[in-house]
Amino acid sequence: MSSQIVPLVIIGVSVLFILGIKFLSSPKTARLGNLVAAAGMFIALCVLLKTDGTSVWSHGWSFNYTLIVIGTLIGLIIGAIGAYSVKMTSMPQMVALFNGLGGGAAALVASLEFIKGAHGPEIAGIKLPALQAASAFIAGSMLFATLIGSLSFSGSIIAYLKLEGKFEKPHTFPGQNILNGLILLVILGLCGFLTFNASGGNATLAFIVLFCLALFFGVAMVMPIGGADMPVVISLLNSFTGLAVAADGFAINNLAMVVAGTLVGSSGTLLTLLMCKAMNRPVTNVLFGAFGSSGGSAAAAGGVAGTVKPIQADEVALLLAYAQRVVVVPGYGMAVAQAQHSVRELTEELGKRGVEVQFAIHPVAGRMPGHMNVLLAEANVPYDQLVEMEAINPSMDRVDVCLVIGANDVVNPAAREDKSSPIYGMPIIEADRCKTVIVMKRSMAAGFAGIENHLFYKDNTRMLFGDAKASLNALVAQVKAS
Amino acid sequence: MDTNVLFIFILAIFVGIEVISKVPSMLHTPLMSGTNAIHGIILFGGILVLADAATPLAQALGFVAVVFGSANVFGGFMVTDRMLQMFKKKK
Repeated sequence: MSSQIVPLVIIGVSVLFILGIKFLSSPKTARLGNLVAAAGMFIALCVLLKTDGTSVWSHGWSFNYTLIVIGTLIGLIIGAIGAYSVKMTSMPQMVALFNGLGGGAAALVASLEFIKGAHGPEIAGIKLPALQAASAFIAGSMLFATLIGSLSFSGSIIAYLKLEGKFEKPHTFPGQNILNGLILLVILGLCGFLTFNASGGNATLAFIVLFCLALFFGVAMVMPIGGADMPVVISLLNSFTGLAVAADGFAINNLAMVVAGTLVGSSGTLLTLLMCKAMNRPVTNVLFGAFGSSGGSAAAAGGVAGTVKPIQADEVALLLAYAQRVVVVPGYGMAVAQAQHSVRELTEELGKRGVEVQFAIHPVAGRMPGHMNVLLAEANVPYDQLVEMEAINPSMDRVDVCLVIGANDVVNPAAREDKSSPIYGMPIIEADRCKTVIVMKRSMAAGFAGIENHLFYKDNTRMLFGDAKASLNALVAQVKAS
Repeated sequence: MDTNVLFIFILAIFVGIEVISKVPSMLHTPLMSGTNAIHGIILFGGILVLADAATPLAQALGFVAVVFGSANVFGGFMVTDRMLQMFKKKK
């Protein structure tokens, strides 16, 4: 294949990536979209082998190629085991982990190129005219990829651990933001130094310091953020990795990497902002606010008036069986209790009795946007029963029974009523406007954000305590019997 | 430096924003996972670097990069497909 054809193929690959992301935007074509993107990846690999790598491959088979094959196979096995063994509830952790690996790879690729440059006369000038400006630009992209990639690696690992329940509370100490700022300044200073002294005597040492600081900065950045905000963090780190890959593409002059990395970088940034918008918090507040710790104390001081009214499963079953319209609000608690199949059974049972059942999905319910949709889809709930928050809120007055399963902050009317609440202004599913609200909960503990829920104390709210799955199974039996 | 690459970079930023702005929130998790798989293209960077590796250190680091990148790209696409195959309409 001649070298003129490769850019044309890369254009085709770019179109496949763009179409893949576009197809992902509709439930009908989403699966196809994923396959289209994968096909693009495969074609790009073929082109890489046949032309970009021609000079490389022409050296004949060597130990390095054996290493490539073995490494790829090991990665394939790790990826396949991870992808097919992970429970649907742990999906966000898996994405965080894969993202961290990608970030680590991006940092390593850039580091290797950089160290190679620092030790040879061909500093960063590989296949490029040795213009001073060009070298600085290339060195800059390598440093950027190293910095962002390693930050994404360590940050993703921390995000993974937090979602696994390890130190999920925000960790803060006085002056933390100042310390992080100082580290960032040192990092930027090192980057500046290395950009223009890439082949100097101290370059390698400075580079290693930079690498370690970037790893540390990823930890320092994510540690103060509460577990509830991990979706935003993962989305942000996902776009970081994309940018690091794009910068690597600049450095090793690979167009496919530039396009793919940039697409991920820009779409990931927008997704992050959309998620913050859904929580009505500026992204800076998520990253630097250490929200959970301050929020807890503020809510405790506020206090809530009213009493909690418990209810038994048989009463709930009667309410449901004779309702006309029922709305289910699922939350992370449903995922933890593995109750999604029981929920589907209950809604099917109600459907047979002519009850209109819908699911109200808050954009940030669960640990990731769309997390609830994935879980309910797994339990065979048809996706046209799932209604987004904005679509369902106007008709909440006409709902007979609202069943809140393991959701907390996303139905907290404090977001509307209590100006002192840390979640004030966050859009919520207005469950409190329904005729009757049934909250299924294990205990009276506060939600993930550590805020007292005003909904539990409303006159039209009843609490059904116990394990969500057990309660739901009891409800299914009772509804069948009645 | 090839300014064409910068040109492509800038255009890709806008394409990325434009394409995702129509995605409903119910598909955000698969989308994040899908784009996560796409940046697994870093595997190619790992392959190119490892192919050129001259020292044992470079070979070791390049090997790790290839393993990481490969896990990212294969795992990413597989986990996304696993999520999406569950999105079915009412039978």
